[in-house]
Amino acid sequence: MNSAQDKPLVVAGKTYSSRLIIGSGKYKDFDQNLHALETSGAEMITVAIRRVNLGQHQDKPSLLDIISPAHFTILPNTAGCYSAKEAIRTCRMARELLDGHTLVKLEVLGDDKTLYPNVTETLVAAETLVREDFKVMVYTSDDPLIAMRLEEIGCVAVMPLGAPIGSGLGIRNPYNIRMILENANVPVIVDAGVGTASDASIAMELGCDGVLMNTAIAEADNPVLMASAMKKAVESGREAWLAGRMPKRLYASASSPVDGRFF
Amino acid sequence: MQITVNGEKHKVEKCLVLSDLLTLLQLSSDQGKLAVEINGQIVPRSQHQNYLLTEQDVIEIVQAIGGG
Repeated sequence: MNSAQDKPLVVAGKTYSSRLIIGSGKYKDFDQNLHALETSGAEMITVAIRRVNLGQHQDKPSLLDIISPAHFTILPNTAGCYSAKEAIRTCRMARELLDGHTLVKLEVLGDDKTLYPNVTETLVAAETLVREDFKVMVYTSDDPLIAMRLEEIGCVAVMPLGAPIGSGLGIRNPYNIRMILENANVPVIVDAGVGTASDASIAMELGCDGVLMNTAIAEADNPVLMASAMKKAVESGREAWLAGRMPKRLYASASSPVDGRFF
Repeated sequence: MQITVNGEKHKVEKCLVLSDLLTLLQLSSDQGKLAVEINGQIVPRSQHQNYLLTEQDVIEIVQAIGGG
């Protein structure tokens, strides 16, 4: 297919040739993470902000020594934050850590069993962060009205969940994702819920601008092979969406002509 | 004097600047390595060498690690 007719993904003014964003959690080691990242073709990778381990050897490489900000867009997240205050504090730390880098993944969680977003706190955090000139990619529920509100606030990408974080249950409510897409003027990226390649394809076939995943790759028996599968799934899903799928019909429609039969 | 670093109490000499503390802790404040917050306020990397620590300071030192 001629993918030249497709417009690339643009987030906060930067163009990406890959529509896949991956995480850096749950990998066996940094090398496996890097290998999966390179294989996936992703150009953006999420990281978490945590306390340094005092007493660790300084010569031991850190994540950013292996996955270099010079080669990849680092997307610091606010995972583990349960209030706007914690999330804002984390983003400010991330900006200092990455020398003025303002692109962040905002997620404010509601409870530790579902890891569902706390939407009211997410809205509060998004308003403050946008005011402080952060470029906010926001993890949210699949509520179309909240997605619109987050865009109005000034988030640079809206990232509804497909299913709970780390669940691998796939896109549980494709109709809501479609509604979000219909209203959106910023990239819509499914964040969370993807379990295997077909889930990523479904997200892209719906018309999403991208997919963000961590566990689906990191927890596969062979993460690097799964990273390869996800690359293809995102690309093929995108092409299928661009191609425009045939309508669904309740009954059959013969592919061979009725005319010209000799029997 | 006593300060708290990442939740742990530490006894250090008076008149210590932040960059000295980082050296004591064998941490590198090179670009992209860490960020420091003292009593809820971020101390920019450019100020590490001049920031004088005081008794009871609560210091958080963070880095980027794997996450989704």
